[in-house]
Amino acid sequence: MAKLTIDGIEVEVPNGSTVLQAAEAAGREIPRFCYHERLSIAGNCRMCLVEIEKMPPKPVASCGMPVSDGMVVHTDTEMVRKGRRGVMEFLLVNHPLDCPICDQGGECDLQDEAMAYGRDHSRYDESKRAVSQPDWGPLVKTTMTRCIHCTRCIRFTTEVAGVAELGATQRGESTQVGTYVQKALSSELSGNIIDLCPVGALTSKPYAFTARSWELRKTDSIDVLDAMGSAIRVDARGAEVMRILPRLNDDVNEEWLGDKSRFAVDGLKRRRLDRPWLRENGKLRPASWEEAFAAIAAKVKGLAPEKLGAIAGDLCDAESMLALKDMMGALGAANLDCRADGAVFDTTNRAFYLFNTSLAGIEEADALLIIGANPRHEAPVLNARIRKAWLSGGLKQIGVIGPARDLTYPAEIVGDGPGALKALVDGAHPFAAALKAAARPMIILGSGALARADGAALQAAAWALAGQAGALRADWHGFNILHHAAARVGGLDLGFVPGPGGKSTRAMLGGGVDVLWLLGADSVDVDAIGADTFVIYQGHHGDAGAARADVILPGAAYTEKDGTYVNMEGRVQRGYLAVKPPGDAREDWRIIRALSAYLGHALPYDTLEQLRAHMGELNPLFAANAPFRRLGVSDGVAPSADGVALGEAPFAPLLKTYYQTDPISRASPTMAACVAAHAPALAEAAE
Amino acid sequence: MLKDSDRIYQNLYGQQDWRLPAARARGDWDGTKDIIARGRDALIEEMKTSGMRGRGGAGFPTGMKWSFMPKQSDGRPSYLVINADESEPGTAKDRDIMRHEPQKLIEGALIASFAMGANAAYIYIRGEYYNEAQRLQAAIDEAYEAGLLGKNAADSGWDFDLFLHRGAGAYICGEESALLESLEGKKGMPRMKPPFPAAMGLYGCPTTVNNVETIAGVPTIMRRGAAWFSGLGRPKNAGTKIFCISGHVNNPCNVEEELGIPLKDLIEKHAGGVRGGWENLLAVIPGGASMPVLNKEMCDTQLMDFDSLAAVKSGMGSGAIIVMDKSTDVVKAIWRLSKFFKHESCGQCTPCREGTGWMMRMMDRIVQNKASLADIALLEQVTTQVAGHTICAFGEASSWPIQGMMRAFGPLVRSRATDYQPPQNVAQAAE
Repeated sequence: MAKLTIDGIEVEVPNGSTVLQAAEAAGREIPRFCYHERLSIAGNCRMCLVEIEKMPPKPVASCGMPVSDGMVVHTDTEMVRKGRRGVMEFLLVNHPLDCPICDQGGECDLQDEAMAYGRDHSRYDESKRAVSQPDWGPLVKTTMTRCIHCTRCIRFTTEVAGVAELGATQRGESTQVGTYVQKALSSELSGNIIDLCPVGALTSKPYAFTARSWELRKTDSIDVLDAMGSAIRVDARGAEVMRILPRLNDDVNEEWLGDKSRFAVDGLKRRRLDRPWLRENGKLRPASWEEAFAAIAAKVKGLAPEKLGAIAGDLCDAESMLALKDMMGALGAANLDCRADGAVFDTTNRAFYLFNTSLAGIEEADALLIIGANPRHEAPVLNARIRKAWLSGGLKQIGVIGPARDLTYPAEIVGDGPGALKALVDGAHPFAAALKAAARPMIILGSGALARADGAALQAAAWALAGQAGALRADWHGFNILHHAAARVGGLDLGFVPGPGGKSTRAMLGGGVDVLWLLGADSVDVDAIGADTFVIYQGHHGDAGAARADVILPGAAYTEKDGTYVNMEGRVQRGYLAVKPPGDAREDWRIIRALSAYLGHALPYDTLEQLRAHMGELNPLFAANAPFRRLGVSDGVAPSADGVALGEAPFAPLLKTYYQTDPISRASPTMAACVAAHAPALAEAAE
Repeated sequence: MLKDSDRIYQNLYGQQDWRLPAARARGDWDGTKDIIARGRDALIEEMKTSGMRGRGGAGFPTGMKWSFMPKQSDGRPSYLVINADESEPGTAKDRDIMRHEPQKLIEGALIASFAMGANAAYIYIRGEYYNEAQRLQAAIDEAYEAGLLGKNAADSGWDFDLFLHRGAGAYICGEESALLESLEGKKGMPRMKPPFPAAMGLYGCPTTVNNVETIAGVPTIMRRGAAWFSGLGRPKNAGTKIFCISGHVNNPCNVEEELGIPLKDLIEKHAGGVRGGWENLLAVIPGGASMPVLNKEMCDTQLMDFDSLAAVKSGMGSGAIIVMDKSTDVVKAIWRLSKFFKHESCGQCTPCREGTGWMMRMMDRIVQNKASLADIALLEQVTTQVAGHTICAFGEASSWPIQGMMRAFGPLVRSRATDYQPPQNVAQAAE
């Protein structure tokens, strides 16, 4: 620890900290443009100048200056103010004063700092620089004339996103940040450079000129388009969600967000189910809630319970799943499954289906095996964490079983199918020794692999391998399932799985039940549903499930309801209502509660609070303020393969494209544009 | 005047052969083994006693710089990097060393590397020095063949490899940390300091960057002794230095002289005097483009060494003396330097990237008589906003010529001011 004095305030900070960090510890705010906590230090904006005693009499950039014991720093002297004013003047020399037509207006670092360090008029009488606007794809809008060359975007794409696509060409005044050869950014994290850009050089293309930041109503929430449970802020104006931004959560997403989670927002107002529909003579017609309920009641009353089933989809909140489970229970039906992808595996122990190492724990791992997953597509922010661990030098060995692809870090291809996993368990492959030698090995099994017919066997084999590698210890749990569906862990924690004698997803399809309730389940294979099965679809988008439905109950999307979600590591988090559901659509648990009364089995809760209290009683994990705890392994139980043998087929990608994976992103024109932007290369290759 | 026998560079003008046998005849590689046998500490001590100050421009004591290198390796190798990116306008001394006395540089590299515990050294040569690079490479090959480099170099027991790397033509790559970046294959942009190269330099390893003239002087100092070297020149400004005299003189030349020689002597005795006589002198830039200009009054009595020049707020720099007679428009001359610095700014940090262009444009207006007194005052202020606020010394390099011009020729510059008003574009646009 080093002790130093900042503006007369004594602080103690770890050795190797910078003066800027020490100043923050002392509560002194230092203006900065290029410095960012999660990126390397560039020191090029020169805004963070401070004065340090006993150094040459000139201001020092605090962002790159390491602290030393006994340092005396002044952050607000005449020299400092003069230096910062000078830098601000230089920044504005070539920065267009187009704030009135700039989307960054109102949330612009340059604007804010200019209030403190800017002049009231410009002393610059010469011509200003103008730069052409390159096209970086459908997500990031560039106005490079506004660029102040802080290089945050370059450092982010190179360091965090792991794609070396941005750089600075030319030099001096002519420096331009860009891709050199014009192309769309290929990173799944490209939207973050919009947040990082301290000025309006990089703004959101879909959001361009639609709203001003001060008009927006900001609601903290949780993202559901992958299973990370990333912290987000939903910015809405009136009844419309305008944009989604990441929030800070060091344990989950740090401050990053995947492009789909950020930009699929325009899918929330397209193809919406805003009223109930009924299928009559093979055609859907608009109906009233009364008619819809009556149609359901007519089918369900008198139906044998084993002929009634329910599947919960990928985006469901825990409350609606519990309400549906309770109603099914009241009707005596045991055919429940939240694994809409048809996966069957051992769910008897929570550790069997969680990302046990935890997201933050990835950084502690020193060896990693990825089985049948593409984290870059299935959870890009998690993938950035793996890259961070690799970049820091801690994570030395990375192996992949599955197709070769660019994960943004080097990975050894151990094999392409379950055979390679077996070879590792048998010790026949040298990577097994690498896992064994590691102090904190990690194994990640993808949900795509788990959804195969031999999912249970893969789960058991991966667990066995983790045990052999010494990854199942009280102080280190290295067995991980990489889920892709935000609702999955919550559903499993609530026991939304087949009861005694109940049918699983695959058994319910293909005529296994007469009445099938799809709660937002669009990822089921709807073509496999029996022709005579009466399908009730409850959800928010006219997608696969609604197309097959006989009754449609319009529900709420994740931005339109208070809901509880459990992310892949088992963290229970709450999202909040930002806007009301459109038209006649209602919050999902309320629909089920209303129907249960209609069917004569009224559920014992009338408010969300009562439902949540009930949920907490059922599983203490859901109780208010239940802390998140990483699991360790203390008993010897292992998942059972249940008689399933490992298959032969190589692992196939879970997602065809990163951009369109769920009803919301499939309805989003922006996501469609992304697919189109990245498609030509694929199409050319196919020809 | 310096005695011929005291000159380090006996073949500065290339009148003799540059090849190894001729170099040996001039004394190069004589007893290199014995010099190295004195040990690291003795060599660094000798260097400190000699009072040698870096010949690249900053004038940092060389022995002290060497002593910053780690005595014990922590597993990382140490490197010597020789800065041959001689880009300072007016300077051509390293060029003559490399083409006429290459073995002095090579031998110096070996001795210096041994003193710093480096088994490898890199010479980063300016890209435009194509012929010089060819010749230097030939000299290095000769030295390898003669066993003077490589394993057990010069029979000293020290393994030493010397690599020549050509730059791509950027002034900023003469800045030591930008040079290291460029050598690593990256864009030549200066690094933040700290960490200094002695702690984290080339490839993150301890590195010392020295100028060609500094290293080439080392073997002679070791052979003739620190006392000989420190006996030349003035106190704290010891030894000899190659001056590059160019501009309005009758005989532009490179000449090795004692530090502390009067500027007038240097010009009159070695460069054949100012064109049209001493009274026709207008101004002298004493140390390369980035050093503040001196007017004739200053030149009359000026001594050429680090401290005497610093006392008049100018600097020794690289030793490039640019002489201007009374036919020169000194404002236009400085504008040309501003244009050069604007062109060569790397663009990494704000004050230099934006400031060099602004200064150049205002200088342009003064040259064209389109600047008011307020503009000239603003220009002077902008230079102070650039200097001292940048990552590297380029901020100073680009500001000092203008500041020097204001100091030395203030009344002249102000006499160029008009009651010029910029066109009212803003008002027109608003209408």
